[in-house]
Amino acid sequence: MVKRIVVGAHYGLRDWMGQRATAIFMVIYTVLFALNALMLPEMSHEAWSGMFKGGFFGFLTFLFFLALFYHAWIGVRDIFMDYIKPTGIRLALHVVVLFLLVGYAGWAAQILWRL
Amino acid sequence: MSKRTVNFKIYRYDPDRDEKPYMQDISIDLEPSDKKLLDALVRLKSKDDSLSFRRSCREGVCGSDAMNINGKNGLACLTSLDGVENIVLRPLPGLPVIRDLVVDMTQFFKQYHSIKPYLVNNEPAPERERLQSPEEREELNGLYECILCACCSTSCPSFWWNPDKFVGPAGLLAAYRFIADTRDQATTERLDNLEDPYRLFRCHSIMNCVDVCPKGLNPTRAIGKIKDMMVARAV
Repeated sequence: MVKRIVVGAHYGLRDWMGQRATAIFMVIYTVLFALNALMLPEMSHEAWSGMFKGGFFGFLTFLFFLALFYHAWIGVRDIFMDYIKPTGIRLALHVVVLFLLVGYAGWAAQILWRL
Repeated sequence: MSKRTVNFKIYRYDPDRDEKPYMQDISIDLEPSDKKLLDALVRLKSKDDSLSFRRSCREGVCGSDAMNINGKNGLACLTSLDGVENIVLRPLPGLPVIRDLVVDMTQFFKQYHSIKPYLVNNEPAPERERLQSPEEREELNGLYECILCACCSTSCPSFWWNPDKFVGPAGLLAAYRFIADTRDQATTERLDNLEDPYRLFRCHSIMNCVDVCPKGLNPTRAIGKIKDMMVARAV
């Protein structure tokens, strides 16, 4: 490969919008989460896990984790783009982070649905 | 009236003579006619003619004498010396230093050229001029005034990290100047050219560019409008 600067990947807008959309969702979720937690009848493990058990809030919690991971993916990729110059290392780090985040998403689903 | 003294700390580097850059302490007595930093620099140069800096119009129009003044980019010719006693001068950050306060702006202008900073219109030119409504012309205010001094781009961390790939605030302001121009016909190509994680989306709106622009322009707003247009055509 000749050493030339190449740009023009023709993406960026989707991620930029995704980062904003997930941020807004996470803010809304955080408010709902705080309200729900404050309205718990008692601070016990049963009440706490019951908050996430099934139903709408459990679904929102899972969405929150997906939003968090997508948001984190874009942010971490941005950091790699700025600081990791060799393409090979950057690609390897991208793959590692992607696998980790997908794994975390599965783990979050498992935790939420076994409650 | 007693003479006023200003103490300078100036970044000096002559690659032919110095092994590495150093900061030179030098003081100068101002004359009553010395109003701006550039006046003091010209006086300094008459005392030590090895000092190098760019200057031309000395009134904030040419953009030659951009430098880092007390930690903030600005034009020497627009920086007042009123009440200032100590001044630290460094070259614009993030660009290769040629000598002292003179930097190599090749990368900066490469990015500027990459956005095709000229009107693209393939229709035959009308007899007199391509007309715009006052509202259409109004949109170009705050965009065309850029003097390409590079104060903004060299204060932008995204430009520091990726000067070869990120267009930078000055280039993006110019890009929006032509995207916003109703006489230009290459809007789609211009947006395509910028739809890239590096070229446009390295901007994270930290607004360093707005903070330093000696002409009071707002590249962040222009970048936001480019993003808005991309959203409008995508959704």
